[in-house]
Amino acid sequence: MTTTIKSRGTIKSRGTITIDLDTCKGCELCITACPPRVLSMTEHAVNRLGYHYPELHPGCTGCAACLFVCPDFCFEVFRYDEPVLTVIETVAEVAQ
Amino acid sequence: MSAAKQLPVLDTSVAPSAARKVGDLKPDLLLTQEHNMCPGCGEPLVLRSFLEALSELDVAQRSIGILGVGCYTSFGMTMDVDLVQALHGRAPSIATGVKRMRPDSIVFTLQGDGDMVNEGLQEVLHTAARGENVTCILLNNGVFGETGGHMTATTVLGQRTKNSLEGRDAAYHGYPILIGDLLARLEGAAYVARGSVHNAGAVARTKKMLKRAFEIQRDGGGFTFVEVLTMCPTGWFIPTGEGPDYMHSTLGEVHVMGELKADGRIKSTEELHEENAKRQQEIEARLAAGGLEEDS
Repeated sequence: MTTTIKSRGTIKSRGTITIDLDTCKGCELCITACPPRVLSMTEHAVNRLGYHYPELHPGCTGCAACLFVCPDFCFEVFRYDEPVLTVIETVAEVAQ
Repeated sequence: MSAAKQLPVLDTSVAPSAARKVGDLKPDLLLTQEHNMCPGCGEPLVLRSFLEALSELDVAQRSIGILGVGCYTSFGMTMDVDLVQALHGRAPSIATGVKRMRPDSIVFTLQGDGDMVNEGLQEVLHTAARGENVTCILLNNGVFGETGGHMTATTVLGQRTKNSLEGRDAAYHGYPILIGDLLARLEGAAYVARGSVHNAGAVARTKKMLKRAFEIQRDGGGFTFVEVLTMCPTGWFIPTGEGPDYMHSTLGEVHVMGELKADGRIKSTEELHEENAKRQQEIEARLAAGGLEEDS
């Protein structure tokens, strides 16, 4: 028998970034530099140069750490005046 | 990381409408952000730092850069600054000539460790000893990146390179030259600093050092020197993502980050270690208290 568990929460994003995918060389420096850990590399998708690239998840603080460490100048950083909320709904099936 | 991967992916292709921009794609003095460096290279970070420093001081129009020979030489094609290409290691001497003929200009050299410390060690020493009013920027990664990644004079003991595969051995290869400490001892050097690009805070600190060096030159203070430790994952045989930590734990332990000579005071390696440890404690305390709120 399985039970379905639904959980709902919101994640606050105080900032956001734009990523210039075509110049990214997939060095992953931004992934470890990001203090809130909201960047992750793509697993399969690649860009024009054939490299994996970072993707942004909700929770960005607009601290610009990614911009400071990016050797390929891929990032532009923005800060919201009012934080943007993203609703996250997860559904998990748990066997009992 | 696994938690983040389950979260939805946000659209990052277009700029948001209701947000203010706090960080630019590339410095204004760079014509295009594309360059020929390998993935994970630390040199473009220094490029951004000193171009932004020149813009902020509003001296870009009267700056003249002298490029050495190395990977970074190709930045000359995309930098919107007047440039002279020097022979291998001879950039400080050309900078001397340029500065003496055009005293109003801001003259800087951009050199690698192979260029400055191996090929042209006497050029930079004599330029510093004469107290020429120029700024020398050294990109120190411990390998000759452009010609295949072999050992330079700044490679630290135990570091693996193409011709020291078992690590640099003092008995066979000799000891590394700490060029920053060497120059700090010279009377003619007004400001000697060593930066690093292993994390965002270090990049910001390096930019401040570069800006201070240009300020001192603008005010006629004398010879200024900024060394920056940069990653070369290709030459070090490591994955790109591990570059910053590797650099900080190997090169960074010997070539210690900090202001080696400022306002006439020379700091020893122990003092710099203490200063960095204190700074790290402060950052950790601030992180624990609720995150770093830094305005870039």
